[in-house]
Amino acid sequence: MTSPVTVALVGNPNAGSTSLFNALTGAQSAVANYQRVTTSLTAREVTHRGVTLRIVDVPGFFSTSSQSPEEKVGCDYIHGEEPDIIVNVLDAGHLDRSLFLTTQLIETGLPRITVLNMMDEVRRAGIRIDTALLASALGSPVVETCALKKEGIDALLDAMAAMALAAPADPLRLHYDSHLEAAIDRVQQHLSKLHPQELSPVRSRWLAIKMLEGDDEVLRHESNHVELVEDIKGEQSALAHEHDEDTASLLASARFAFSNGLLREVRQQEGDPTAGFKLTRILDDFFLNRTLGLPLLLGILWVMFEATFSLGAIPTDWIKAGVQLATDLVDKTLPEGMFHDLVVNGVMAGVGGTIVFLPNIVILFFFMAILSGTGYLARASFLMDRVMHHFGLHGTTLIPMVAGFGCNVPAVMATSVITNKRARLIAMLISPFMSCSARLPVFILFAGAFFENIAGTVVFAMYMTSIGTAMLSAVLLNRIIPGSGGDAFVMELPPYRLPTMHSVLHHMWDSAQGFVAKVTGVILVGSIVIWFLQEFPRDIAYSQDFETAITEQAALPDSPEKDAATRTLKSAQAQEKLEKSYLGRSAIAVTPLFQPLGFSWRESASIMTGFVAKEVVVATYAVIYAQEKGSEQLTETLKGAMPPATAIAFMIFTLLYAPCLSTIAIIGKESKSWRWAGFSVVYSLTFAWVLALAVSRIGGAFL
Amino acid sequence: MKQDIQMDNVTLADLRPEQQGEIVKIETEDGVFKRRMQSLGVVSGTAVTLDRSAPLGDPRIYSLMGYSLGLRNAEARQIRIRVK
Repeated sequence: MTSPVTVALVGNPNAGSTSLFNALTGAQSAVANYQRVTTSLTAREVTHRGVTLRIVDVPGFFSTSSQSPEEKVGCDYIHGEEPDIIVNVLDAGHLDRSLFLTTQLIETGLPRITVLNMMDEVRRAGIRIDTALLASALGSPVVETCALKKEGIDALLDAMAAMALAAPADPLRLHYDSHLEAAIDRVQQHLSKLHPQELSPVRSRWLAIKMLEGDDEVLRHESNHVELVEDIKGEQSALAHEHDEDTASLLASARFAFSNGLLREVRQQEGDPTAGFKLTRILDDFFLNRTLGLPLLLGILWVMFEATFSLGAIPTDWIKAGVQLATDLVDKTLPEGMFHDLVVNGVMAGVGGTIVFLPNIVILFFFMAILSGTGYLARASFLMDRVMHHFGLHGTTLIPMVAGFGCNVPAVMATSVITNKRARLIAMLISPFMSCSARLPVFILFAGAFFENIAGTVVFAMYMTSIGTAMLSAVLLNRIIPGSGGDAFVMELPPYRLPTMHSVLHHMWDSAQGFVAKVTGVILVGSIVIWFLQEFPRDIAYSQDFETAITEQAALPDSPEKDAATRTLKSAQAQEKLEKSYLGRSAIAVTPLFQPLGFSWRESASIMTGFVAKEVVVATYAVIYAQEKGSEQLTETLKGAMPPATAIAFMIFTLLYAPCLSTIAIIGKESKSWRWAGFSVVYSLTFAWVLALAVSRIGGAFL
Repeated sequence: MKQDIQMDNVTLADLRPEQQGEIVKIETEDGVFKRRMQSLGVVSGTAVTLDRSAPLGDPRIYSLMGYSLGLRNAEARQIRIRVK
């Protein structure tokens, strides 16, 4: 069998390469309506008309010469790997800008296919493109697609297969003005002398242009040829002298001149050119309004969390009823004994107590898919840039931060889009403060139990605290971590788009699967472990003889007083048993640390177990209360268990304290230093403790 | 000549909503930033208008080459323009 033909999908950020990749290969990679959703290479093989194609989704970039780190993955791939075919994905609505990259790709001399993606938007705007003329001018086949609607996919696969089988065509050559051409020629000759027989004419011309452009990487590669480097500097200053512009600008202008000229010939506008983006303008007048913009952003987030709580409550009740039914059934069928107790009070309480939050999580992910898919998230980072700048952060940091609402692990990974190393480290260290979906069950449980009437708002307030702490902590870290510098805010605002039903549903399905996997994995194991820890040791020396006391009570004639006394005795016995169990004893050992915050040993126990994964906090509560109070609903049981101020302090502590094990691991990996991972743990614990103390003290005075 | 000197001082950050601008030059020592801006169409001769400003006047959204580009004022000050 012949080896597969490598086809690289290359385009500007947000040109739809990943949507195209998904349509071509049936993959399910994440897509959204903002730039740089894809940050690493993904490849998949497909066979079309007998040809095996290895399709590679390359992270988007604007230029092969900008050398900004977020564009590097793509550039390095094109230059280092030399794919067999380049599929140049263009956003057909933004050809003026996207053809710049095309001119650079032409110079690589690699076989190309040009894809005009999002053709539906262009047609709607009344724009007609003469694809035959465009194809001959670019020296490549042109295919029109609409990746989201899966239009033009077969035609594209056909073009790939045909190109894989065809003999390579003569590469196209872009012509610059005479001064530039002469300079390129001289550098090219110099290069051929230094590397005789090694370089094809296309390759040496490409290298010459890159060097004249001032590409540091290519220059570094040739740095041992001092004469050549001197030569290039001479050419650059001669050109600058003649044109009053540096060489990079001259080349860039020439590239745009080529694409502008080409577009004048191939593109025809019927009607109003701005018609297609009229809706975007109207929506932006509203969402980016100078006075309304920020309040609207807050309002949208409030609606999101309110809906997460209140809409989630309905299906949650069904699941609760289901869990109750199952628990009763197991309770009755299993014979009395330790296994019965383990299943009912351990597994059913822990797993059942956590799974009920599934609807809330799916709803949260639905809203996040809408925010990122429509293009609103890009606007939010524009609105917030100034404010975040004050905190030493960058507007675009908002995107990994919002991703952190889902899970902190991808949020830490998403910081790789930040150029400046120090800025990236800071973004990484603040991302665990973003309230991931594992904290959501704790908020919903506590807000529902202690603040029934304003539960949605309390959940919203927790998320605001989460953002606020992240920002505040950025200021602090900016002082602690030596160095300075940040990135420029350069961001394209995409037009508003309607996310496809498919991608939204996929997002929700993914989150549901992830949550169920956690519940049946770490939560299940955690619940079993916690049950054993709270059940043993069994030979407890009680402070009084409960058994005898209960037996004595039973001998008395029936009366309401007798029942009450028995209940009190039983509950006191259960409580003492818990407190003297391994779980209780170790929790009580650390409780002095949490005493100032008003936490009992139950909270301490939950905090300790939640270190593994924060969903375990609720599972721990469920197991403890199942043992103490029987199988009542957790929300009901929890009511009145502590003052409201303590409840808030506990929510805040859970929100902020030490990231879960997976997050600590990813911080260590991404910062390449376990010291920063350790720092993150100590730092967040301190933050959590101080803030929880402040809240319990201040709240205690008011509530 | 006097007029020329005046025009020299106009940057993208000075562009007002009703005005039409044309890029003249990017004035920066930062090669990466310069090449990045160039690849986004900020080259001599490109027509540019101010779309809108963020609530606190910074950053701003500019319209050029048929798309919207968000830039902070600090960066916009490094881009010299001519007002038509």
